Amino acid sequence: MKNEMELIFDAISANEGFARVAVAAFISHLNPTLEELDDIKTAVSEAVTNSIIHGYENYGGYVCRGNGPQGAQAGLQGIQPGLPGRPPEVHPGKVRIYGLLEEDVLHIEVTDAGKGIENLEQAMEPLFTTKPELERSGMGFAFMEAFMDDLEVESRLGKGTTVRMTKKVGSSSWIDSED
Amino acid sequence: MEQITAEDFQVIDNCLMIRLPAEIDHYGAGYICENADRYLLLEEVRNVVFDFENTRFMDSSGIGIIMGRYRKIACFGGRVYAIHVGKQIERILNLSGLNKIVEVL
Repeated sequence: MKNEMELIFDAISANEGFARVAVAAFISHLNPTLEELDDIKTAVSEAVTNSIIHGYENYGGYVCRGNGPQGAQAGLQGIQPGLPGRPPEVHPGKVRIYGLLEEDVLHIEVTDAGKGIENLEQAMEPLFTTKPELERSGMGFAFMEAFMDDLEVESRLGKGTTVRMTKKVGSSSWIDSED
Repeated sequence: MEQITAEDFQVIDNCLMIRLPAEIDHYGAGYICENADRYLLLEEVRNVVFDFENTRFMDSSGIGIIMGRYRKIACFGGRVYAIHVGKQIERILNLSGLNKIVEVL
């Protein structure tokens, strides 16, 4: 059985939850284990977040959200991460998720038309982040790699990035997933 | 997605308790960091306790939140604790190596 889906949504942080839940719903008829669902949701969340905050540089919750004088004060004291006082500029870009189910194998493609990754090898190193000010952990690609069976990243500077991931669903018996 | 509010931050003795939201991703992470840091700066807080009781999902943004708070308090001898840690959260903590600096109770 072959089953395809495509989702296109605005590259804003609020859509991260929507994206991972939508992909989880797409595979729900395969009776995935809770662990498989968590794995896929985490990997999708990482890929989509990367597109939004790195590809399009939409910082989401980290821009000054106008939370009154207290927020401004915190900004002055230098404890507010991000860019205090600057109005949020939202890049109007879109993130596209393409999902393909072939029997019990899920292929997921997350594509953006953002700025691309300059040094892919470096970007994929655990703990490497270009945005320490956003308190990113640098674990995004490491998590995608760990939680999915296969990960492939294609990126062109100024053109965008595509992350391809594969995972077999419903493969682990309940005994395997005990540890 | 529901976010946490000021009530989810509580200072008990020298501990800052943070009741985390149902889902921790980049979207809500800024609010948590900002508020936690406000308490770390203004109150006499030495340790931070992350309460995962309501949390069903966390991605690497959560790692960033914990690591950032740890860096801020570790130099004063503070510690980071995690309570009510579920299976998915535990895997994330182990995979990222955070289980070495976070005491899971």
